[in-house]
Amino acid sequence: MLSQMTVMVNGSPVSVPSGTTVAVAVVMAGQACRTGVTGEPRGPLCGMGICFECRVAIDGRSHCRSCQILCRPGMQVRTDE
Amino acid sequence: MSRDSQQRFDVLVIGGGPAGMAAAVRAAECGVDVGIVDDNATVGGQIWRGDLADGRSRDAVKWSELLRTAKVTKLCGKRVFDQPEKGVLLAEGENDLFELRYRNLILATGARERFLPFPGWTLPNVMGAGGLQAMVKSGLPIQGKRVVVAGTGPLLLAVAAYLKKHGAEIPVVCEQTSWSNLARFTATLLGQPAKIAQGLRLKGELGGVPFVVNSWPLAAHGRQALESVTISRGGKPETTQCDFLACGFHLVPNIELQVLLGCQIQAGHVRVDEFQRTTVESIFCAGEPTGIGGVESALLEGQIAGLAAAGGMEEARRLFPGREKARRFARHMDRAFRVRPELRILPTADTIVCRCEDVPYSRLQRQTSWREAKLQTRCGMGPCQGRVCGPAAQFLFKWIPDSVRPPVFPARIENLSALAGGPLKNGAALGGFE
Repeated sequence: MLSQMTVMVNGSPVSVPSGTTVAVAVVMAGQACRTGVTGEPRGPLCGMGICFECRVAIDGRSHCRSCQILCRPGMQVRTDE
Repeated sequence: MSRDSQQRFDVLVIGGGPAGMAAAVRAAECGVDVGIVDDNATVGGQIWRGDLADGRSRDAVKWSELLRTAKVTKLCGKRVFDQPEKGVLLAEGENDLFELRYRNLILATGARERFLPFPGWTLPNVMGAGGLQAMVKSGLPIQGKRVVVAGTGPLLLAVAAYLKKHGAEIPVVCEQTSWSNLARFTATLLGQPAKIAQGLRLKGELGGVPFVVNSWPLAAHGRQALESVTISRGGKPETTQCDFLACGFHLVPNIELQVLLGCQIQAGHVRVDEFQRTTVESIFCAGEPTGIGGVESALLEGQIAGLAAAGGMEEARRLFPGREKARRFARHMDRAFRVRPELRILPTADTIVCRCEDVPYSRLQRQTSWREAKLQTRCGMGPCQGRVCGPAAQFLFKWIPDSVRPPVFPARIENLSALAGGPLKNGAALGGFE
């Protein structure tokens, strides 16, 4: 059985199974990952670390490609940074 | 200069998909020191992502087991971003920097999806076909969601079947190519029972999902995220409500690292000889970068490269006939799924082409080359370094992409300064973050 864990997306808890990527947690939270130069909300596109649309801040480090990083319990994710 | 780790290999493989795995396994069997680097958390590449858990692909299980037991140093979650001197690559992990020295290098960097711009394609929940599949394999719940699958290539059916199996509702799969192209392609499969069986299995799994040809997305609609998509079906627009649009137009090879290292490119692919040697001494290339051919071709090219890089020329030679057959299949596939010129008129004036810098179609129409577009509009100058808009611009405007400069991926400033031999004042100039 996969164990569940909780990560924080913009301060709200999201419960995900272990092995889930941060990009998935952000989409599950109903959030966009970033805002484009002209103000559009953006979410993951390629799912494989190429397009950089899924970049978020993780535990204070900005510009992390969230589709390449697995959730860890208690991780603090901030979109739009 | 702070480098967390320095390692030296007889054969270093970049990319842990099927080609890279096969290369590493075969090279290790020859008794040399082998390392394999991949930027994902585990090996398997995109095609075998998550397949080990469900045991679905026999090849995936076989090669993973071979690699697991082989004497190969596995470096996952690390991304190569520069070669400061011949024979030395730098790779960045989540928190560290690696210096990797090699005698022979095998580049098995795989492929990415081709994305083409149409109005609304930048809305959240419009993803690549492989992109959405990767997200579902990475934990995204898809049960009960409505997903329109569109674009071109054999990936569409595989993705639709996968999503349906995981509980998605697929109202339609839109393939832009024609019946005659598809029929010709299917005919070439007649000599390949394994591929026919695979096709029939997919057809069975798809059940009643409508698969339409001559069909493509015209526009995606929604406020903060996707709500519906209008497709062209038999020349008529048709709008469908959906939660996700999974849309990709076949594949383009990842050749940026090869270009950076000076390998010659021919018609968009890395030029290799019969032993998968590139035009640069001691650098080999295998899999999709030499021509989009699929997993069988990648496994054969990988094995040949691995054997040849470790001195096993005779054994490598025995795999040549199999590779020829796989390459014929690749050529047929290429023809069947070529993107039709009508799709060039999908973007409107304000449709964004470069998603990193938000460059609209109308601004690009005024440029005459990729270089000029970069200089005048910043198209392709954002963090993806043109990996998404480059192939799109090539299709839309027939622009040929130009040289690649280091770092080949954005790298952290402390790692770029290690590269420069001291602290950098202006990281942004080198494409650095933070």
